Amino acid sequence: MGRYVTNTREEQQEMLRAIGYESFDDLYRDVPEQMQIHGELKIPCGVSELEVQRRMEAMAAKNKVFPHIFRGAGAYHHYIPAIVDSVTGKEDFVTAYTPYQAEISQGNLQSIFEYQTMICELTGMDASNASVYDGATAAAEGVLMCLDRKRTGILVSAAVNPQVLKTIRTYCYGRNVAVQVIPEKEGATDTQALREMLDEQTACVYIQQPNYYGILEDVEEIGRLAHERKAKYVVGCNPISLAVLKTPREYQADVAVGEGQPLGMPMGFGGPYLGFMAAKQDMLRRLPGRIVGQTVDSQGKRGFVLTLQAREQHIRREKAGSNICSNEALCAMKASVYMAAMGPEGMRRAAINSASMAHYLAEKLQEAGCVVKYSRPFFHEFVTECPVDTGMLLTRLEEEGILGGLPLSGRELLWCATELNTKEEIDHLAGIVKEVCGR
Amino acid sequence: MKLIFERSVKGRGCSVLPECEVPVWDFGEYGRKKELRLPEVSENDISRHYTELAKRTHGVNDGFYPLGSCTMKYNPKINERTAANDGFTGVHPLQPEHTVQGCLEVLKTAEQVFCEITGMDRMTFQPAAGAHGEFTGLLLIKAYHDSRNDGKRTKIIVPDSAHGTNPASAVMAGYTVVNIPSDPDGCVDLQKLREAVGEDTAGLMLTNPNTVGLFDKNILEITRIVHDAGGLVYYDGANLNAIMGVTRPGDMGFDVIHLNLHKTFSTPHGGGGPGSGPVGCKDFLARFLPSVQVEGDGPYTFVRQPDSIGMVKAFYGNFLVVVKALTYALMLGKDGLWEASRNAVLNANYLMEKLADKYKMPYRRTCMHEFVMSLEQEHEQIDVSAMDIAKALLDYGIHPPTMYFPLIVAEALMVEPTETESKENLDEIIRAFEEIYEQARTNPEAVKTAPHVTPVGRLDEVQAARKPHLKYSYDE
Repeated sequence: MGRYVTNTREEQQEMLRAIGYESFDDLYRDVPEQMQIHGELKIPCGVSELEVQRRMEAMAAKNKVFPHIFRGAGAYHHYIPAIVDSVTGKEDFVTAYTPYQAEISQGNLQSIFEYQTMICELTGMDASNASVYDGATAAAEGVLMCLDRKRTGILVSAAVNPQVLKTIRTYCYGRNVAVQVIPEKEGATDTQALREMLDEQTACVYIQQPNYYGILEDVEEIGRLAHERKAKYVVGCNPISLAVLKTPREYQADVAVGEGQPLGMPMGFGGPYLGFMAAKQDMLRRLPGRIVGQTVDSQGKRGFVLTLQAREQHIRREKAGSNICSNEALCAMKASVYMAAMGPEGMRRAAINSASMAHYLAEKLQEAGCVVKYSRPFFHEFVTECPVDTGMLLTRLEEEGILGGLPLSGRELLWCATELNTKEEIDHLAGIVKEVCGR
Repeated sequence: MKLIFERSVKGRGCSVLPECEVPVWDFGEYGRKKELRLPEVSENDISRHYTELAKRTHGVNDGFYPLGSCTMKYNPKINERTAANDGFTGVHPLQPEHTVQGCLEVLKTAEQVFCEITGMDRMTFQPAAGAHGEFTGLLLIKAYHDSRNDGKRTKIIVPDSAHGTNPASAVMAGYTVVNIPSDPDGCVDLQKLREAVGEDTAGLMLTNPNTVGLFDKNILEITRIVHDAGGLVYYDGANLNAIMGVTRPGDMGFDVIHLNLHKTFSTPHGGGGPGSGPVGCKDFLARFLPSVQVEGDGPYTFVRQPDSIGMVKAFYGNFLVVVKALTYALMLGKDGLWEASRNAVLNANYLMEKLADKYKMPYRRTCMHEFVMSLEQEHEQIDVSAMDIAKALLDYGIHPPTMYFPLIVAEALMVEPTETESKENLDEIIRAFEEIYEQARTNPEAVKTAPHVTPVGRLDEVQAARKPHLKYSYDE
């Protein structure tokens, strides 16, 4: 049996006696007899550390780790600098909880304050929270922030990540508000349709930049349309792209959210990831979750505390704007260390190399017989139509250790490239595609 | 100490990425106008900066952390190693099913193990934390009533001793909250519950053991009252650490539950997260579960439930956290989990009994894994508050208990030692509490101005809230 109980059996008996109990069973006398488990749980007996390691390694070995990845669609394969895991693996950070006791949590609090600053720099926004669960829940919370008594209409572009759309729908089902989907046109949000859908009840418009198909939306126009009808403008953005692309602030977004996974988190079969959220000053008190602020101690020394807690569930209970308590703090720290290690130039390089590799990939796939479906500018993802069955093509690529684009409908594939892909890899991939398409 | 931005020197940096080897994409008119200001620091700068921050952070590894209701038990290192396996971290969540059989086996095994521990039939791992699990579980209840066209059930009953997340989650799920008072024992007042239930009751949310650390003996009667009224009963798994292998929520009559893998199953709290809040339910609710369920026993497949509430986040939850929790559960097994719970209860009772000589225990009977003390007398008689006592503990290198919760106890400190603390650690904290008790009477000012040896003293929270300063000002 594996155990982390420190006290020996003898010490346990000694403690029991010291407080007047004869046995452990006496401690459970409040649990009615008919409810107690008679016999044992139907799970195996415990094992040693070595045995459990073998068991878990055996499970891990049943997965295929692709050496060449050309798939994104919400989870991105970026390089993670060595310093990220080194620093965020420090036990003090790993084993602490929410910094309720500021005096012995200054390290944790300061790191969140630094994270908030970096998210504001990326997005151009005034205030950031300390994180939510992932990009999809950040989008849902961002949308809910905009609801008020008069405005309950939510418009979401059809060109956002479908998992994000589903999550927004689920959160809105909770709040008993409907989601209307703005149709897409040529791979992007249909602005004409949006114009017609906006009305006096519209609380907000949610779009994604770059969108699900990698395409760069007409973000200024969409923001203008939303604000014309006094609706809020919520944008989900890829944080790596923000190193080079216009900030949400520059196109008048009210709330910027996104999936922070590309900032130093492994793909990890989908989590844990990082939901980032930032807003303009006038929306500050509607932000959900923890927020850290700078203040001074009794001696006037700089220090940091959890602040604006009157928004939160532990104070406001049923009147709180959100129920969030635990967040993704350690992932937020990974993002901070990632951004510190990359610096402005490294971030820019990650963005440009990713986008450039994707454009090179698109060109090579075209040469190999695929057609890039949309003509609009894209960032590091794009859709192709293949002349052959995508299942057959993907199987062939898999034999070569390549995870190809994500199959959409029909013969469409959604491809992604990052700075981790090389020219040699892409040339090899294109060769195989050409061979399959040419059969 | 300096902020990382204050360490920045123009031109410094780390050499992480190579130059682009293909023609460079020109983003032209899409480019940002405002310069991106991030720290320009060397790797050594970063390493030293975070080492300094780590020294100013108290984790479970630094010392005693009896933060009630948070179960700050020791976080085994083998969990970290198994979750860091490239066979898990290097897997894209949208890979073909036949290439992720190991991940599906993790989810399936975890479902079986955690369902058996809790007496549930099915479980989803998509929720990322306890509150997220509450929201998900309440949506299952909502979808159930909706499926029966029972639209009049608009209320969720919550005891006044509940965690703040309970009422907040109920509102997020579209419900009105009915708060019911606790009885003098801190348990559910059956009479008040009978008066509260009716045709508009969608459900009741409850922890058992409850937030004052007591096992509610009337639990079968409680769940029956709610069921008879047509409502469902939700189990908040925050306090499961007391009862593994002893009794199960499923056997108490609960229909839907969440677990906190970061509490009961030893995954680290990460300074606030990531956690994992899987939701278990009885068979009749399984068709509403979010995301996908794993079916089969090799090969495994993902199957969407017919009347699923949809998705509560992207992908399959905080998967790597599930890997850690499963590592722990398999390593402890049925015997080890049982031993863990029994020792969590023993440690709490030992600490409570020893402290009861000096401090007031409002519910002085056998507690479960945690207990609540009240500093009401001290506050009235010598003007020393629960907060003052908590802050004084900081100077002993001890993380204070949860303060001012539950709300039904005046000047509350909620203490949860967990099973991983040794007897000598408990004796040490008892001595610390006793010294503070004496000092509060002989030199109250010293207690009221504590802490004295931490990197900063008490911080001005009022100023922080009045003049929010939420990011570094580059222009300063």
